[in-house]
Amino acid sequence: MAERYEIRFSGAGGQGLITAGIILAEAASIVDNKYAVQSQSYGPEARGGASKAEVIISDEPIDYPKATVVDACLAMTQEAADKYAVGIKPGGLLLIDTDFVKNAPKGDFKVYDMPIIRTAKEEIGREIVANVIALGAMIALTDVVSRESGETAVLRKVPEAFIDLNKKAYSLGFEKVKELLAK
Amino acid sequence: MAKKIALLQGNDACAHGALYAGCTFFGGYPITPSTEVAEVMSQELPKVGGTFMQMEDEIAAMAAILGASLAGAKVLDATSGPGMSLKQELIGYACIAEITCVVVNVMRGGPSTGMPTGPSQSDMQQAKWGTHGDHAAIVLTPASCQELYEETGRAFNMAEKYRMPVQIQIDEIGAHMRERVEFAEPGELEVIDREVTTLSPEEYEPYADTESIVAPLAPFGSGYRYHVTGLNKSADGFPTTKAELVAHEEQRQIDKVALNAADIEKNEEYQLEDAEVVLFAYGTTSRSARYAVNELRKEGVKAGMFRPLTMWPFPEKRIAELADQAKAIVCAEMNLGQMVIEIDRVAKGNCVVAHIGRVDGEPINPGQIIDKVKEVL
Repeated sequence: MAERYEIRFSGAGGQGLITAGIILAEAASIVDNKYAVQSQSYGPEARGGASKAEVIISDEPIDYPKATVVDACLAMTQEAADKYAVGIKPGGLLLIDTDFVKNAPKGDFKVYDMPIIRTAKEEIGREIVANVIALGAMIALTDVVSRESGETAVLRKVPEAFIDLNKKAYSLGFEKVKELLAK
Repeated sequence: MAKKIALLQGNDACAHGALYAGCTFFGGYPITPSTEVAEVMSQELPKVGGTFMQMEDEIAAMAAILGASLAGAKVLDATSGPGMSLKQELIGYACIAEITCVVVNVMRGGPSTGMPTGPSQSDMQQAKWGTHGDHAAIVLTPASCQELYEETGRAFNMAEKYRMPVQIQIDEIGAHMRERVEFAEPGELEVIDREVTTLSPEEYEPYADTESIVAPLAPFGSGYRYHVTGLNKSADGFPTTKAELVAHEEQRQIDKVALNAADIEKNEEYQLEDAEVVLFAYGTTSRSARYAVNELRKEGVKAGMFRPLTMWPFPEKRIAELADQAKAIVCAEMNLGQMVIEIDRVAKGNCVVAHIGRVDGEPINPGQIIDKVKEVL
């Protein structure tokens, strides 16, 4: 992966997508020693409304720090899908939360769906880890960092009391996508 | 031992750079988009025995750092445009009284409160001319988180060496994006401490001429008594209206920067050897310009980039040479035409000088630059 690879996480403010972006950037730049730049929507609109985080990863130093055409995008809500699932590269991919994005944007990219919030509630019992499930899913879909690097970065970020919870959430997101891809 | 590495926001990197340089006092008043600088300093300074002081407003914050500096501390303040406007009187005071300090301005556009959450580069002329009267300015414009870490240290070094305020200009993108930052080991980066007088208190004059034209400072509280004022002064620090002393003092303050320009200036040149079009860009806009240079080169356009890390003093000599070499200099900056004025002045009509500006709170993207270059050529 010499070229720049751009990932966007979008959803509602408060869903932890900026944290997911930061963890991915840490996995790439601190664990894997690549180059990464992470940025996010900043301003009053980020609270409550649609929020996004972007991560650019490359083997080379990164010049322009914002997204140009996105290789992979996550949309957790319909509003985020409408607002941020745009500018996806031809052949790129979009992951949506099945229960919340009813009208997936159409384009020359692959759309994957997964009940992310429902999985967090039903299989982990904690909705709060939906962002980590989504992170595991996006890493499984993109291979932009290895499964192990992603997990290391997750564990570096979370408080000790929540390590098992997040480890489980990350693995679940990763496995679900691998099952999806195997179908 | 492995080096400490972290994924840091630009503002955090700036604060850690200040700590590396030995900053022990932060005086501030929080303002978007600069607040994280204060946040990190408030967490880290107590750990190293330093002082974090939040004041009642931006003016008092500036006054606090000047007081702390006179007592011998390395000092930092961080703010944004509206705060910068308030600080101008005391920045002038720091210039004439020759008080060492570093002030960070995370630019957000304006005038007045402008758009607090959008990136901007529209305080570049203010950085030079914001305070009244003839005065020199040293202003740095870093472009990445690692560079912010290192250049903040250089800002302290320049302030300590030339005994004057040094400003760092960042934009919201540079302040809030996160990148990997490698912390320097002790001794790895140069750290300059202000020269301290060797004279006895009886012999000491704070503003006496010296070979380096920057008189060594005696920190308050170390047994030396002297007078600090915003008025023109004689060598002992007391006000004077004697024509020759006033003129001499004013000139010395300009000269300490002008005569040391080679030490203060710092630029990056990218693909300039055979460049027919030179992109002049700084801060995060330079990252769009680098992308544009690479794209234009693929299409056979001989493009290059000149990127000042020190904006003031302005790199006049090199810009004049580039104006002779190139067909055009294209200045890209998030304002409606500020540094382009300097380029125009120095190019003296020897090449086309064009401008790309943007003030809608969005960054100048590489496509915008590529289009402009094609239009100019």
